[in-house]
Amino acid sequence: MTASDALLATTIREESGRLVAALSRRFGDFDVAEEAVQGAVVEAVRSWRRDGAPRNPAAWLTTAAQRNALDLLRARGRQTRAADRLAASGSSPVGNAIDDRIPLLFACCHPALAPEARLALTLRAVIGLTTPQIARAFLVNEQTLAQRIVRAKRKIVATGIRLKVPDDLDDRLPDVLAVVYLAYNEAFVASSGGTHDRDLGADAAWLAEVVAASLPAQAEAWGLAALLRIQHGRAAARFTAYGDLVLLRDQDRSLWDAGAIKRAGEHLERAASLHSPGRYQLQAAIAMCHAEAPSWEETDWLQIVTLYGFLIVEDPSPVVRLNGAIALAQLGPDQAGVALADIERLAPDLDGYHLWHATRAELLRLLGRDAEAAAADQRALALTANEAERRLIQTRLRKHPLIDGS
Amino acid sequence: MKYVLMFTSDPAQLASVSEDDAQAVYGRIYAWFQENAASIADSGAELQPVETATTVKHGGVVVDGPFNEAKEVVGGFSVIDVADMDAAIALARTWPHLELPGVAVEIRPMVEDYSQFE
Repeated sequence: MTASDALLATTIREESGRLVAALSRRFGDFDVAEEAVQGAVVEAVRSWRRDGAPRNPAAWLTTAAQRNALDLLRARGRQTRAADRLAASGSSPVGNAIDDRIPLLFACCHPALAPEARLALTLRAVIGLTTPQIARAFLVNEQTLAQRIVRAKRKIVATGIRLKVPDDLDDRLPDVLAVVYLAYNEAFVASSGGTHDRDLGADAAWLAEVVAASLPAQAEAWGLAALLRIQHGRAAARFTAYGDLVLLRDQDRSLWDAGAIKRAGEHLERAASLHSPGRYQLQAAIAMCHAEAPSWEETDWLQIVTLYGFLIVEDPSPVVRLNGAIALAQLGPDQAGVALADIERLAPDLDGYHLWHATRAELLRLLGRDAEAAAADQRALALTANEAERRLIQTRLRKHPLIDGS
Repeated sequence: MKYVLMFTSDPAQLASVSEDDAQAVYGRIYAWFQENAASIADSGAELQPVETATTVKHGGVVVDGPFNEAKEVVGGFSVIDVADMDAAIALARTWPHLELPGVAVEIRPMVEDYSQFE
């Protein structure tokens, strides 16, 4: 990504959601507003790359999006009503609300929408990713994705889902945070190889901070902001120049972004001050233990095992229990045996998950059961779709055992 | 906005509910309509059991039974008029029958603006 591309991406990220919200309000049609902004983003990428960025990129986008909206309404034969709406809305300026993106985000993550559509729509409407960018990032068919987005947008309009912050945040905020979390994780998994004109991990971490800053009394929003900020702060050490995945144990910790980790620490303190623990805060606290450790060996595993104990209460999912067992195994050979037993118990849930087999292989090897370990690694390899992870397991089968407790 | 609430259930699952429990819930449905009168545009209808259903299919063929093969059957419907989808969901969640297994309420927005067909 070049410097001007980065500026372009930041401007689009900053302005898209606000514009969609403002135009939805002005024209009373979310579908038209979203389409208009998307069109403006596509035009901006083309024009700014060709002619350089305009003096006021935000104003450029606003003008283009408004023109597109009017064109769309005209094309749909509704210009009279659009004009009525414009007249009715008076001179309300576009894009000056406190933070328009939050109501928009709640609409895009509405439980009435299919879970797989929420993420795609959020990335498009709230942070201005284009459909091809999303399709590329998540390795999905572009046409399928486009249809999914269209269906979700129509449902928002037809069913009367409003762009608003819901009254019951406890009920709805988890859905929003889950989508932001997923945006980061999907970006992480898919980030090996290929060129990207948007850094999706950075976008997701940024969006988590927008949510937390707008809903400052929500501890889990700060927890997620902390978690994604730490994860993103370690991103530079996660892949080699050849796109090979580097496990936490082997990462060059000098590549970690100390500023990002410090900021994450502040988010985490903010969350803790609200006295309402939750899964994201606990995950962030675990990530913070790693971030503050000078090396894998000098990591405070006891603290991490304790935090996993709390996290498993909040989220007893098999993957969390798997990670808890990995941490436990670091405490010593006795605990490694216990951890292996914990992992074996997860077989019914995780038999199709490559990391379950990879972790099992790791612990079997630690306990000297090399033949079983090799067989488990073979299973892991067979189940891995991601190229970077595939190469990692192949390396391990050739060389030495590796483990990841992150 | 107007929405139709379709009250559905799975008779097989309801069969496991005791008569007393079923009656207790049923008794609260009347109160539900009274409490939410301001949001109800048309109280709609409760339907006779699914065994009474008759379907006329394409070509005029008349058959015994409901139009689809699903386990769930529609037991009634009401039309509500509320601010938005969130309000519709909030109201549907209070439907007393939802306490029983296999019961579901489907929310469908009504077509109110016919200008799109002009």
